[in-house]
Amino acid sequence: MRVPSLREAGAEARLLLIGIPVLIWTLIPIYHMFLFAISPKQDAFAGKLWPDHPTLNNFRIVFNQQHYFLRDFWAQFGNSVVIAVAVGALTLVIATSAAFAISRLRVRGGRTVMNLALFTYFIPAAFLAVPMYRTMGNYGLLNNHWSLILAMVTIASPYAIWVLKQASDKLPLELDEAAIMDGATPLQLFRMVYVPLMLPSLVAVGTYALLLAWNEYLYAFLLLSKDTEITLPVALGNFLAADDSPWELLMTTGFIYALPPAAVYYVFRRYMVGGLTAGAVKS
Amino acid sequence: MVHSMATIAYPAPAETLPRRPWSARLSTPQVWGIVMIAPYLLVFLAFVVYPIGYGLWLARHPASYVALYNDPVFARAVVNTLIFLVIGINFKMLVALFLSGFFVQSRTWIRWLSVLFILPWAVPSIPTILSVRFMFNPEWGVINNLIFKFTGEDGPNWLNDPAMGLTLAILVHIWKSLPFWTLILMTGRLAISTDMFEAADVDGASWWQKFRFITWPSMQTLYLTCTLLSMIWTLGDFNSVYLLTGGGPADLTHVLSTLGIRYLRLDQLDMSMASIVCAMPLVLPLVYFMMKRLSR
Repeated sequence: MRVPSLREAGAEARLLLIGIPVLIWTLIPIYHMFLFAISPKQDAFAGKLWPDHPTLNNFRIVFNQQHYFLRDFWAQFGNSVVIAVAVGALTLVIATSAAFAISRLRVRGGRTVMNLALFTYFIPAAFLAVPMYRTMGNYGLLNNHWSLILAMVTIASPYAIWVLKQASDKLPLELDEAAIMDGATPLQLFRMVYVPLMLPSLVAVGTYALLLAWNEYLYAFLLLSKDTEITLPVALGNFLAADDSPWELLMTTGFIYALPPAAVYYVFRRYMVGGLTAGAVKS
Repeated sequence: MVHSMATIAYPAPAETLPRRPWSARLSTPQVWGIVMIAPYLLVFLAFVVYPIGYGLWLARHPASYVALYNDPVFARAVVNTLIFLVIGINFKMLVALFLSGFFVQSRTWIRWLSVLFILPWAVPSIPTILSVRFMFNPEWGVINNLIFKFTGEDGPNWLNDPAMGLTLAILVHIWKSLPFWTLILMTGRLAISTDMFEAADVDGASWWQKFRFITWPSMQTLYLTCTLLSMIWTLGDFNSVYLLTGGGPADLTHVLSTLGIRYLRLDQLDMSMASIVCAMPLVLPLVYFMMKRLSR
């Protein structure tokens, strides 16, 4: 093995001097959460780096709903899943057909629609929350899962349409022409040519909408309020209502809640980074 | 030119429909296009146009703006928002620029580190913000426990101090979004041809000269776009403040995105809408700029 020169060792040390603080900074809040999740109540507050008696008991309590704050855990988990999947699917349908209409069928006014959608995308969702809350009240949808699903579809669609339009502009026009020569109707073109070719982008967009809905707190907390109807993040926020809330159970629930999106993210990382972020800041 | 594409692709069907003159101008793909874009238009009308119109209508009374102007919480929220944007975002982007240079180094351990580094971006913000909130709890939090262990003295009452609370909210925001921006700036750095750096090395250029004359010129547009986009997104960052400090103590750490919810909870709907309208002079110029960027 080659002995590194002094200069190389110095460069490596400088990199480590950046890398180690970055690692600590990144992991502390997550590790703190994990530590609470595997600690019995008395250990959790002792400020130790590793509990004396690590346990999975907290997970058992959460899964069996054995605490006042957790009595609807599975219902809330289910709500989160149903809403996220519905938002992913609905956004996909709406955004794909809109992008097809704008990019391939060149529908009149498509460019205007695209600009309106982009405008919606850039207005921070937090500023639309209160008007949306009142609107859902007017529509009589408050405390109904549809209110959150529709609100999240509204928020997710603009970016989804934009990403899909960018991607479909790159498909060669000759494909459409060939299909039309063969007598394909626009609908057949959509089903048999467009969707199969766009599959990677569709996966990225569907995942984007799904995660957006799963992670959403503000809209969920405004639009849903019954304990059996709320999603997990709202339930987590509700833990703060009491002073004596069981932190170790809150952190355990938070950990369980954080796992699926993290897993999805890492599985689809290639799509997410390539398909979504590159478009976000085209310079 | 855009519309002629459709006519090239689909020979005009006008002569096949002589008895319905209104549809003569609508070719089959145009009809399908309208049908397929309709779902989004419906969503847009029902959940964007209507709420905005309704919100503006609720915010129509000049009295709400006078009340808002006289509310010290509003003035404080504006100042906090500006601190968040001007100091917080610029600091974050500088760190991201620096770290992007670190993460493009080709080392196996740096590649592994970058996989972990993405975690804050990949996990939902609620549990991690609550985790930070507990860390800084003055009585039971791990930070003050450690302070007590090593110094024998009680640590500060972190989140009950407005300056500290806002600083921590900014740091939580940075923790969450730093990986994303570092990643974006990394793609910018990787797009620069290595030939230029090799040539600079031959000429004996210093680290700073390489950054100043090669890296920065090719990244400055990207950097500016990222900063503006991050500012827009940060304006809407509700969670970092609301779940960490709840706007407290004494409503001193609110930002514009949490203020609307505060007034809503106090049943002052007109004030809530007025505060959102007041945020628009900050939001709309940024949005306009981004729109011009992206719709080229």
